Amino acid sequence: MAKKYFRRATVIAFALAVFVGTGAQAQQSSLNIYNWNDYIAPETIPNFEKATGIKVTYDVYDANETLEAKLSAGGSGYDIVVPTLVPFAARQIQAGFYQPLNKAKLTNIGHLDKSLLARMAAYDKDNSYLIPWMTGLVGIAYNVDKIKQIMPDAPVDSLRMLFDPEIVSKFKDCGVSMIDSPTEVFPPALKMIGLNPDSQNIADLQKAADVHFKVRPYIRRYDSSEYINALANGDICVAWGYSSDIQIAKHRAMEAGKGVNIAFAIPKEGAQRYIDTLAVPKDAPHAEAAWKFLDFIMQPEEIAKTSNKIYVQSGNADARQFVTPDVANDPGIFPSAEVEQTIYSISPSTPDVDRARTRFWTRVKTGH
Amino acid sequence: MIRHVRFLGSPKPGEGRIWVIAGPFLWFMIFFVIPFVVVAKISLSTAAVSIPPYVPLVGWGEDGTLNIALHFGNYHFLLTDPEYVIAYLSSLRNAAVTSLVTLLIGYPVAYAIATTKETLRGPLLMLVIMPFWTSFLIRVYAWIGILKPNGLINNFLMSLGLINHPLDILNNQFSVYVGMVYAYLPFMILPLYSCLEKMDHSLLEAANDLGARPIRAFVSITLPLSLPGIIAGSLLVFIPAVGEYIIPTLLGGADTLTIGTVLWNEFFGNRDWPVASTVAVALIVLLVGPLMLLQHFQSKGERS
Repeated sequence: MAKKYFRRATVIAFALAVFVGTGAQAQQSSLNIYNWNDYIAPETIPNFEKATGIKVTYDVYDANETLEAKLSAGGSGYDIVVPTLVPFAARQIQAGFYQPLNKAKLTNIGHLDKSLLARMAAYDKDNSYLIPWMTGLVGIAYNVDKIKQIMPDAPVDSLRMLFDPEIVSKFKDCGVSMIDSPTEVFPPALKMIGLNPDSQNIADLQKAADVHFKVRPYIRRYDSSEYINALANGDICVAWGYSSDIQIAKHRAMEAGKGVNIAFAIPKEGAQRYIDTLAVPKDAPHAEAAWKFLDFIMQPEEIAKTSNKIYVQSGNADARQFVTPDVANDPGIFPSAEVEQTIYSISPSTPDVDRARTRFWTRVKTGH
Repeated sequence: MIRHVRFLGSPKPGEGRIWVIAGPFLWFMIFFVIPFVVVAKISLSTAAVSIPPYVPLVGWGEDGTLNIALHFGNYHFLLTDPEYVIAYLSSLRNAAVTSLVTLLIGYPVAYAIATTKETLRGPLLMLVIMPFWTSFLIRVYAWIGILKPNGLINNFLMSLGLINHPLDILNNQFSVYVGMVYAYLPFMILPLYSCLEKMDHSLLEAANDLGARPIRAFVSITLPLSLPGIIAGSLLVFIPAVGEYIIPTLLGGADTLTIGTVLWNEFFGNRDWPVASTVAVALIVLLVGPLMLLQHFQSKGERS
């Protein structure tokens, strides 16, 4: 009896598998997305599900390293991920993490920002793996009223705000914070002492670490997520961070209505642009659904909703006309052509340089 | 059915025991030994940009030879940079201070619960366990709200006029200790309680009758009798506290260097799984000592 039952179950399971198999080829019914926290308009996923009938599982992370560790292990099960271009996506392409874009299925690809694509082509030849999602700059956040009170003539749009001990020391008591990410703190320190911000020379990195050592006593915290709230609450008054985070802090402070006024400044010495990109892992179980989603969000009206929600420039040039004026006219989000000239890029480093940079950074933070 | 009863009634020596041991043994194999072997294996490799991100230990040569390459260099590497030794030492110090302070706070609490009315003991123990019903992460975050410059403590002291400048009590060694003592206190109280509760109180009465002062009675009767509880509690606190990552990360300052931070740097920052695994193996070796001590005292406690 049991044996007969088992045999029948096997037959049914096989039939089901064949049925589902052919069904999957015609239309995949689910999609797994892994994106940064607070990095999409809340209506985008429901709209996509309604339009296509594909069920989306949406997970979030808060560090490129987390994503990279998951993809390194293989078999992550995700169909779309959002790595930052440099150094992450750049080296991940070389390590064979992703599959080439199926451009035949991406009809909206013409809306993408050509200048960003040109920038990306240096790491992703012929733009064959990555689609730009959102882009921003690493720069200075400050509490307008507190800075005015402490130092009316503070050079708020200069790296000296954070990397000149004489200036940053004045803000020690009201709180200074810096993101805890070696790849975003060494370039400005190199720039500060007139070296190439993209230097891959370990001796140069040592000099940049010395710049950090000198301002170390005045930095309250090295952290990449808490500073958003700390800025919005008025717990700190100067921060080195990502423009998208700082915009969130600024708007949270406005919503709280406690009179905290946060501003973002692009350092006039030059700034580093980060580009977060969409990519499809090589072992993505639902690649067909992934192409559908990528094509869906490349519609200018769709991606503009995310730009409006998180106050960030998207990688879609045609979306700008659908972005609300307070976002589109903010020079911190869409910099002028002259400012754009000063923006530099960083190249991926060899493991030795990575190790040296991480080691210097630990020494800056801990003194050991 | 009858056969079944007979089997239970007259066990052949050793036969039933195997099955009783098999459960925990399997558990131990699957969740400790196998992962440990995997980690130890990775620690003998070198990093590579691939999936997975290290060079496989076993490979086939072009002429069909089997190549096995073991790199012991990672273990030597840990000694070349003081970062690792400092991180181990500060993790050990954090764990030692936490164990000591939880013992000093937990002992009186456990003693009070064990000597109170029997009807009250249940509710009091409940209070000790209650925090576990809230997510650990949220409880640590709550401490940020309590200790921060415009947090509960500072606002309260400032409103009383006792201080006019916020106390610097967050993001330093002090706040790490506060968080760790808070988080691990129940692990100290529970074994102490179960030990003190079983104690025979007529021994204290006898000491009293023979003229011993309460302090003398405590030192020469209660304390030695509760020693197994002290040891069990201390090790239950010490061992997980050495590897603690969340509390130093959230409540510590930039200068907090623990083995958890080092592991994060190696695994995520440098993407060097072999060195990260080496750090982990060294940590386990470091913890085997205390674990064996715990085992030794537990088996001794059971025998007595």
